[in-house]
Amino acid sequence: MHSVVCIKQVPDSAQIRVHPVTNTIMRQGVPAIVNPYDLFALEEALRLKDQFGGTVTVVCMGPPMAEAALRKCLSFGADDAILVSDRAFAGSDTLATSYALSATIRKIMEDMPVDLIFTGKQTIDGDTAQVGPGIAKRLGYQLLTYVSRIVDLDVANKEIQVERRAEGGVQLIKTSTPCLITMLEGTNEMRFGDLDDLFRAARHELKVWDREAAGIDAVEMIGLKGSPTVVSKVFAPRPRSKRAEMIEVRDSEPKNLAVTLLAKLFTQHPKLEQEIAKRAV
Amino acid sequence: MSEQAKKPAKKKVALDPRFVDYRHVWVVVESERGEVHPVSWELLGEGRKLADALGVELCGVVICGPGERGRGICGEAFQYGADKCYLVQDEVLRDYRNDPYTKALTDLVNRYQPEVLMLGATTLGRDLAGSVATTLGTGLVADCTELVIDIETRNLAATRPTFGGSLLCTIMTQRHRPQMATVRPRVMAMPEASAGRQGEIVEVLFSMIETSIVTKVLEFIPDDTRDKPNLPFADIIVAGGRGLRSQENFQHVWDLARVLGAEVGASRPVVQAGWAELDRQVGQSGKTVRPKLYIAAGISGAIQHRVGMDGADVIVAINSDPNAPIFDFAHYGIVGNATAILPALTEAFKAHLAQAKKTG
Ligand SMILES: Cc1cc2nc3c(=O)[nH]c(=O)nc-3n(C[C@H](O)[C@H](O)[C@H](O)COP(=O)(O)OP(=O)(O)OC[C@H]3O[C@@H](n4cnc5c(N)ncnc54)[C@H](O)[C@@H]3O)c2cc1C
Ligand SMILES: Cc1cc2nc3c(=O)[nH]c(=O)nc-3n(C[C@H](O)[C@H](O)[C@H](O)COP(=O)(O)OP(=O)(O)OC[C@H]3O[C@@H](n4cnc5c(N)ncnc54)[C@H](O)[C@@H]3O)c2cc1C
Repeated sequence: MHSVVCIKQVPDSAQIRVHPVTNTIMRQGVPAIVNPYDLFALEEALRLKDQFGGTVTVVCMGPPMAEAALRKCLSFGADDAILVSDRAFAGSDTLATSYALSATIRKIMEDMPVDLIFTGKQTIDGDTAQVGPGIAKRLGYQLLTYVSRIVDLDVANKEIQVERRAEGGVQLIKTSTPCLITMLEGTNEMRFGDLDDLFRAARHELKVWDREAAGIDAVEMIGLKGSPTVVSKVFAPRPRSKRAEMIEVRDSEPKNLAVTLLAKLFTQHPKLEQEIAKRAV
Repeated sequence: MSEQAKKPAKKKVALDPRFVDYRHVWVVVESERGEVHPVSWELLGEGRKLADALGVELCGVVICGPGERGRGICGEAFQYGADKCYLVQDEVLRDYRNDPYTKALTDLVNRYQPEVLMLGATTLGRDLAGSVATTLGTGLVADCTELVIDIETRNLAATRPTFGGSLLCTIMTQRHRPQMATVRPRVMAMPEASAGRQGEIVEVLFSMIETSIVTKVLEFIPDDTRDKPNLPFADIIVAGGRGLRSQENFQHVWDLARVLGAEVGASRPVVQAGWAELDRQVGQSGKTVRPKLYIAAGISGAIQHRVGMDGADVIVAINSDPNAPIFDFAHYGIVGNATAILPALTEAFKAHLAQAKKTG
C-alpha cells in the first residue's frame, strides 16, 4: 500500500487582517499552517497504513518555507515528504497546480507504484476544491470526491468501496484502485504523533524537487503561463450605505424595545407582517 | 434570441480568431432522480443577464437517465429563462458518476462551443466542473458572487471573495474558451418563472457502455430530511451567537423561532460549542441564506458570518456592544442583553399575532 497525500501550506486565516488603507493582506506575523482540511486526508491515509501496512508520502508544492508543513505531517506519522519548489511555479492557478502535482506523482511512481492519492476537500485560502479533480483527470485516475468513509479496501484485488456525500444523500460507490480520494472534513480525528515520529520528523531528509526533478519539461504548462485564469483586480467589499437604524427608548426596558422594534418593522415592511402571520402557530 | 444572436455586436471588437466560433451562455441544470437543484434556476437567472449582454442565447444542459423527466426539466428551464436546452439521456447517466458525466459535458462543449459555462458549486457541480475544465484545459473560477461581461472583449469578469470575504477579487479567463464559473446556492437571486415560455430542445445521443465505466454506484442512501433544517430556503431565521453564553440561554432563540415559524441559525462558535447542529451554521464554512427576515442575537458580525447572510432582505441585530460590526450592515439594531430582549421579542410577537388574529 502506497498512499500519496497532497497538502498545502496556508496562512492561518483566523489571524489574517486586511490593511485598511491599501486593501492588501497583512501576512506579517500570520502563522502558516497545514491546510486544516488536508489533515483529514492524512489521517485517513495513516489509518489505512495502520491496517494494511505500507508507506505514506506527503507532497506539497510551495515556497521553501512550506518545508515546515511537511515536517508537521511527518511528525503525525507520514513516512516520506517531498517539497516541490521552484520559482517557475509562481502564479499557478488550479490548472497549473494540478499539472505540477500530477507530474510530481508520476515521478514518485517511477520509484514506487501509488495505490491511492488523497487530497483535502478544499483549502482555506484559494478555496476552490479544483485541484483534486484536476490531478485525477490528468493521471486518468478514478475520482472520488467528498468521501465520508472508506467502507472496504481490497488491496490484492485493487477494489475499494466508499461512501460519498452527494446532493440529498450518500452514494455507496465501488471502484478500482489506483484512485484519487478527496476526504470530507470531520470524518476522522487527527492523531497525536508519538515522540519517535517527532524526532524523526525533525531529522528526516526531506526531498526538495525543482521543476526538472519533478519531471516537468513543459514550462508553458506551469506558473502564470500555464494558468488560464488571471486575477485582474483585488478590492474591499463595499460597505452597506447605511448603518443600522437603532431602536432606542428612554427606559431601555426590553419589553418597550421589543414593541418599538415590531412597530417599526411592520410599518416599514408590511409584507413581512403577512409573512409571519401566515406561518406562525 | 437566435436572430439577434447572429447580428454582429455593436462595438467592433478584435476577437481572438480562435474564439469566433464560441458563442452562447450555458448553464448545467443539475438534477438527480428527476429533482432539479434550485441553484440551477438561480444560475439561469444570472445567465439570462450575461446572454443578453453578449447578444447570444442562454442554453441549459440537462444530463440524466432515461425516464428521469428530461424533457420536463427542459420545459422548466425555459420558464426560468433558457432559450434552448441540450438534453443528454442515457442509462449510464442515471446516477451521478464523474467519468460519464465529464465525457457527456466535454463532448457537448467541444461540439457546440459555448463561450461561458456555469455550474452550481454543489458536490456534483464542483466535482464535474473541475474535471471538465481540466479535460478542456480552460480556466474555472470557483464560488463567484458576481458575474459581469466586458462587452468589448466578451470576457467574463468573475468576482469571488478571498480570505473569507475580507477582500474580493475579479478573475478573467482571457486566453481560453469556454470561460467557466461555479456559483454557490443562494448567492444569486431566484428568478421568477414565466409560465408558457417555450424553447428548443436539442437531444444529443451519448455513447458510452456500462462495461467501460469503472466506478459503480451500489446504493444511494437519501438523507433523512424529516427533522433536518433547511436554512438556505428559510424565509425567516432567528440566529444566535456566542454572546448568548450558554446552551440554556440559546433556548431563547428557539422560543422566538417557534412563535415566528422560523428556522434557527447559529454562528460557528455556537456550533463548535455544541449548542446547535452543523446544519444550522450560517457563513463562509456553513450555509448561505437569503431569508426575508434575519434576527441575529449575540453575533458580532464577523466577515465569515456576514458573507452567509448578507443577502437577507431585513436584518435585525441584538448586541450588547454598540460598536459591534454587525450594526454596520444590519437594518435595525438594538443595543442590549440578548437574553432579556429575546424573550421580550417573543412575547411582543405573540401578543401582536394574537391581536392580528382577533381583528382578522
Ligand atoms: C484568493 C484566491 C482566489 C483564487 N481563485 C482561483 C480560481 O477561481 N480559479 C483557479 O483556477 N485558481 C484560483 N486561485 C489559485 C489557486 O488557489 C492556486 O492554484 C492554488 O495553488 C490551488 O488551489 P486551491 O488553493 O483552491 O486548492 P483546492 O483545489 O481548494 O485544494 C484541494 C486540495 O488539493 C491539494 N492541494 C492544493 N494545492 C496544493 C499544493 N500547492 N500542494 C499540494 N497539495 C495541494 C490539497 O490536498 C487541497 O486540500 C486563487 C488563489 C487565491 C489566493
Ligand atoms: C476559515 C474560517 C471560516 C469561518 N466560518 C464561519 C462561518 O461559517 N460562520 C460563522 O459564524 N463564523 C465563521 N468563522 C468564525 C468567525 O470569524 C467568527 O469568529 C464568528 O462568526 C464569531 O461568532 P460570534 O459572533 O457568535 O461570536 P463573537 O465574535 O464572540 O461575538 C459575540 C458577540 O456577542 C455580543 N454579546 C456578548 N454578550 C452579549 C449579551 N448578553 N447580549 C447580546 N450580545 C452579547 C458581543 O458583544 C459580541 O459582539 C470562520 C472563521 C474562519 C477563520
